[in-house]
Amino acid sequence: MRSPQLWAAAVLLGLLGLVPVYAAVFEQPFYITLFARILIFAIAALGLNLILGYGAMVSFGHALYIGIGAYAVGILSFHGVTSGWAHLGAGLAVGAVAATVVGWVCLRTSGIAFIMITLAFAQMFYFLSVSLKQYGGDDGLTIAARSDFGWVNLANNTVFYYAIFAVLVALLLLFRRIVDSRFGMVLRGCKSNERRMAALGFPTMRYKLAAYVISAQVCVVAGMMLANLTKFASPSFMQWQASGDLIVMIVLGGMGTLIGPVAGATGLLLLEEVLAGWTQHWMVILGPLIVVIVIVSNRGIFGVLAALGRTGGAGRARPGGTSGEAR
Amino acid sequence: MTLGLFLTQTLNGLQLGVLLFLLAAGLTLVFGIMNFVNLAHGSLYMMGAYFAAAVFNATNSFVLAGVVAVPATMLLGMLVERVALIRLYQRDHLDQVLATFGLILFFNELVRIIWGPASVYMNAPEALSGTVMLFGFGYPAYRFAIIAAGLFVGAGLYWMIHKTRVGMLIRAGATKPEMVAALGVNISLLNTLVFGLGAGLAGFAGWMAGPILSVQPGMGEPILILTLVVIVTGGIGSIRGAFYGAMIVGIVDTIGRAFLPTLLREFLERSLAQAAGPAIASILIYLLMAVVLAVRPQGLFPVKHG
Repeated sequence: MRSPQLWAAAVLLGLLGLVPVYAAVFEQPFYITLFARILIFAIAALGLNLILGYGAMVSFGHALYIGIGAYAVGILSFHGVTSGWAHLGAGLAVGAVAATVVGWVCLRTSGIAFIMITLAFAQMFYFLSVSLKQYGGDDGLTIAARSDFGWVNLANNTVFYYAIFAVLVALLLLFRRIVDSRFGMVLRGCKSNERRMAALGFPTMRYKLAAYVISAQVCVVAGMMLANLTKFASPSFMQWQASGDLIVMIVLGGMGTLIGPVAGATGLLLLEEVLAGWTQHWMVILGPLIVVIVIVSNRGIFGVLAALGRTGGAGRARPGGTSGEAR
Repeated sequence: MTLGLFLTQTLNGLQLGVLLFLLAAGLTLVFGIMNFVNLAHGSLYMMGAYFAAAVFNATNSFVLAGVVAVPATMLLGMLVERVALIRLYQRDHLDQVLATFGLILFFNELVRIIWGPASVYMNAPEALSGTVMLFGFGYPAYRFAIIAAGLFVGAGLYWMIHKTRVGMLIRAGATKPEMVAALGVNISLLNTLVFGLGAGLAGFAGWMAGPILSVQPGMGEPILILTLVVIVTGGIGSIRGAFYGAMIVGIVDTIGRAFLPTLLREFLERSLAQAAGPAIASILIYLLMAVVLAVRPQGLFPVKHG
């Protein structure tokens, strides 16, 4: 526990874990909903960061998978299936098929075309969900009750919050393993120089596609939680602004760092909440703020911390560089 | 219904294609020359439409609306470029996408503050409010005017890029910016001019679209996404690709929406066709783009240089 980055991560997670306690002490149950939302977006941003931060694949369409997760819960509940395991199975199955097909087409391009085509695919599913008149179309689909996971009673907000928190922590640990594994090394190698990795004999397309599918599935899970939180599945979850928000969270927190997306999601959503408290036109402040943040620094909160913690090389931390934490 | 309806819908498709081309040309120029991806291009189109609507409602003159709106959008584009975007040319695409995403949020909220959340209306000029008879079918004269004006601007753009000195510099700047700068051309000014040109085209499209679409906050995004589909399908950075891509996307989208539901009813059960028809029609162009990219990842008409 020497690096400032690890300390900050521990403090951040500790504070997030205590939210239901403040909510109870200050009698503000609203906090639980707000922070549950933050955790859910942190999970989604964490998923996207696997390909964006470690693989340099800028997907501008990951809200698509949040939508798939939300509609898996919504449509099954609409037909009377309340079992959470069924929701999870269906969501992940549809998500795997969609991500494999979409990823295969998108990964044939790179750079700017990749950004645009992922955006276009997300729009395609957005319009598809709008045209699903039998499932509410534009208005979305109300969900009667939260997914039923047997002994875990998600209807209780505190239990639900800690369930999300547990998933987030588990995913952080898992991603730490993934990033440092051989698979993660190949992925990061592709980010630095894909041609060289191919010359070394790695089937880079397969690695990138696998990473894409994993990252999409994490967003599917986030989408299922979001549907459970809001008891609602709506095309607006897949709006392209949602994909943009995910990227803002990652860049704000520091891409290519493990905990960055969590910090970014917390920062952005709290900022939105505060600005929305000041004025209904809060986006007129947030928009230029994003521009300024991008221009001034593209390292993000945890990128800066990682640079501080790096022994000897404090000055030259590359934006989104390799994960140097805790070595 | 068949022939007349088909003709009308084809013309509608052409008209959408022309609007898309006006936007795609600016976007693809900026991308081809500055290697900059400007998601706020749709916002410039929206600002153009709002400028035009505001002038129209104040003076009741459609021509004056355009005379003010196009240069105003151009100036706004150049201002945004000078203040913010110029710092991002050397950065990677992710930063550019994010910064212009922030600009979209800003502009959408700005028009909501200035003009309110409701739609603003403007009318087509008196002279063009009638219909034109074509093979015995009437078609709104204003939509004809859009097609003609768009094609005229497209031809002018072609002439400018291929036959004038500025066009030559633009083409040279797209291939080897350092060399052009070394020859004593102010490349930074050239970039600003190109950006202004793109913004002007977007403003022109906004002015043209004002009377047929509702002018409202967020109107830039749906058309921006269609424009992205156009330039990805046509080949990024290529004006020719933008033109053909825009026509293909405009016609496929319009014809698909008009006829696919009826067509599906011939093959499928009525209830199934009713459900699937609109869904497939609305994603048709995305499917088209996916097929194009799966077969030719560089787009249909990629730039031939370098």
